[in-house]
Amino acid sequence: MSTQTIHELTKRQYEAGFVTDIESESIPRGLNEDVIRIISAKKNEPDFMLEWRLRAYRHWLTLKEPRWQKAEYSPIDYQDIIYYSAPKQKPKLDSLDQVDPELLKTYAKLGIPLEEQKRLQNVAVDAVFDSVSVATTFKDRLAKAGVIFCSFSEAVREHPELVKKYLGTVVPHSDNFFAALNSAVFSDGSFVYVPKGVRCPMELSTYFRINAENTGQFERTLIIADEGAYVSYLEGCTAPMRDTNQLHAAVVELVALDGATIKYSTVQNWYPGDEQGRGGIYNFVTKRGIAHTKSKISWTQVETGSAVTWKYPSVILKGDYSVGEFYSVALANHRQQADTGTKMIHLGRHTKSTIVSKGISAGFGQNTYRGLVKVLKSAEGARNYTQCDSLLLGSKCGAHTLPYIEVKNASAQVEHEASTSKIGEDQLFYCQQRGISKEDAVSMIVNGFCRQVFKELPMEFAVEAQKLLSVSLEGSVG
Amino acid sequence: MKPLLSIKNLHVRVAGREVLKGIDLELMPGEVHAIMGPNGSGKSTLSQVLSGRETYEVLEGEVLFDGKNLLSMQPEDRAHAGVFMAFQYPVEIPGVGNLHFLRTALNARRRTEGKEELDAMDFLQLAREKSKLVELDPTFMQRSVNEGFSGGEKKRNEIFQMAVLEPKLAILDETDSGLDIDALRIVSGGINALRSAERSMLVITHYQRLLEYVVPDKVSVLAGGKIVRTGGRELALELEKKGYAWLGDGRTPGGKEARP
Repeated sequence: MSTQTIHELTKRQYEAGFVTDIESESIPRGLNEDVIRIISAKKNEPDFMLEWRLRAYRHWLTLKEPRWQKAEYSPIDYQDIIYYSAPKQKPKLDSLDQVDPELLKTYAKLGIPLEEQKRLQNVAVDAVFDSVSVATTFKDRLAKAGVIFCSFSEAVREHPELVKKYLGTVVPHSDNFFAALNSAVFSDGSFVYVPKGVRCPMELSTYFRINAENTGQFERTLIIADEGAYVSYLEGCTAPMRDTNQLHAAVVELVALDGATIKYSTVQNWYPGDEQGRGGIYNFVTKRGIAHTKSKISWTQVETGSAVTWKYPSVILKGDYSVGEFYSVALANHRQQADTGTKMIHLGRHTKSTIVSKGISAGFGQNTYRGLVKVLKSAEGARNYTQCDSLLLGSKCGAHTLPYIEVKNASAQVEHEASTSKIGEDQLFYCQQRGISKEDAVSMIVNGFCRQVFKELPMEFAVEAQKLLSVSLEGSVG
Repeated sequence: MKPLLSIKNLHVRVAGREVLKGIDLELMPGEVHAIMGPNGSGKSTLSQVLSGRETYEVLEGEVLFDGKNLLSMQPEDRAHAGVFMAFQYPVEIPGVGNLHFLRTALNARRRTEGKEELDAMDFLQLAREKSKLVELDPTFMQRSVNEGFSGGEKKRNEIFQMAVLEPKLAILDETDSGLDIDALRIVSGGINALRSAERSMLVITHYQRLLEYVVPDKVSVLAGGKIVRTGGRELALELEKKGYAWLGDGRTPGGKEARP
């Protein structure tokens, strides 16, 4: 019976599965230097950006797509992708009233009422819809604090000196295959700069959404917290149902200067494909931060979507006494494959990192934790604590843990703990005997398993994440 | 008066082996009935079958609870109807707060009864009240369900849950096992405080020790899958002196030697 319930639970359909009918302005399929020139021209970019893109593209041509991750998927035809697509609309918007009503309806279906959020949640929302930012709110309040929060395109135009100074400093265009591709063709994304000593007055949030069919999404985010600054950034994703696979290769760079703190939270709910594994997003993301002296970078992620996830939000602990954290919940249900983890690179003295990874596998899902803790010779007194827990629902799924630890300094302390468990018949029966239905029991047990991570999320996000997890598990639990 | 629980000719198989071989038992409202017996006699099987564990296969017989066919009901529906089992080995659920767990359970039942759900504040008040019965420290309610609890704490938690859920039928499955004398006193005190004319109890135990504190109205001895003797509380004392062997295992007189 419990197998059956888990089965029923995991069979729940993807709730965000619908397509918005908006005229898209796209360029032809395929990738070459001309396409890159068109993208750059469409965005009115300065020369340095075009140069940078072309350098990345030429390097990309020399690279091979990595295949070391524990995931199987059909080959990607990079010449069959449309690299630029923007919803047709008025070029400049003064308020939300000017946004295409279809678009606003889409947000409403997803439960993202911008208006309400503006008023109630004290969250500034930079909504990225198919590569182009269409609405940015709360700008005034942020501007008063001196915080820059805008689309990447706008940053390139309005703050080219900052972009030029930091772009590619954490994730260089040569970093890896997908980062190189992103650097060449990225269409838009978010940019944040928090000046010296400023605590950003609100949580910053972006909702990404893939819409036009066969449009790869190449988002680029750059967040800079100047000395002593603090910023908390929330990223939430959801995408409509689709038959063909969609590539998503984003890059996120975080720069925490001396004494700064960056908290980056993600709830990722891209379309995972159907029960047989058809469709679904390929999520190949490079996320990395560099932490200077006494600064702190904290990644929290809840990954429930995508057909294939390949993602290792990392921290380079460059400055002395810097801190890196990674809190992750990854769910692989149906035929989903998640290969995710982190890299903590300790360079500075007395640097400290914490890794808490919770992997949930259900259906035929395959969940891999892959992590690297590297302590270099210079990292006197470095410390790391790693905890990797896997939870299995049903007997057809898999959990894999691949921790790499390299320590070059004898004064370092590195701890690793790992566990694998199944939702037990005993646990379910105990809940049922107390009057809790099997579905609610599964959801309760899984949320309990993830609590350590959820408590790192901002309050409203934590509630959303719990709901998302329960919904994503429906149809899966045994 | 009609019996609250009526078991007729119950045969149950576990892992290919017939463990219960025709149980007949009636429990009147408010009655406390102790089921004693040697290890492997089927005591725990009886409690598991009544609470709805699936690994047990009913071959024959019926169980009526409050006039309803208990065996056709899902475990959670039995709970909603008023069946509660205090587990011999309470399960740990990491990350799930004790209070949250119990409030979810109580509200699930209240929903089926058409009652309004209790909010966190009202529930906290109720929980504080009930926790006094088993001398539970309030901080302990914030911890994860049974996680890192001592044996005694787990059993006290079971009785605390019973106090909150207020069942019509409480099945206490070896609640005394693993308890030291102080914990036994506290747990028994909680059980006695919950005795009432509306609440029946099936007290399953190996030793008569618990029955010194929780004095039963009736005692039945289960051996070899059958009830071989039913009597008053004095039967428990007799068992304490003579062991189980003299009652046989339900098949042959004398039977196999009972383990202590």
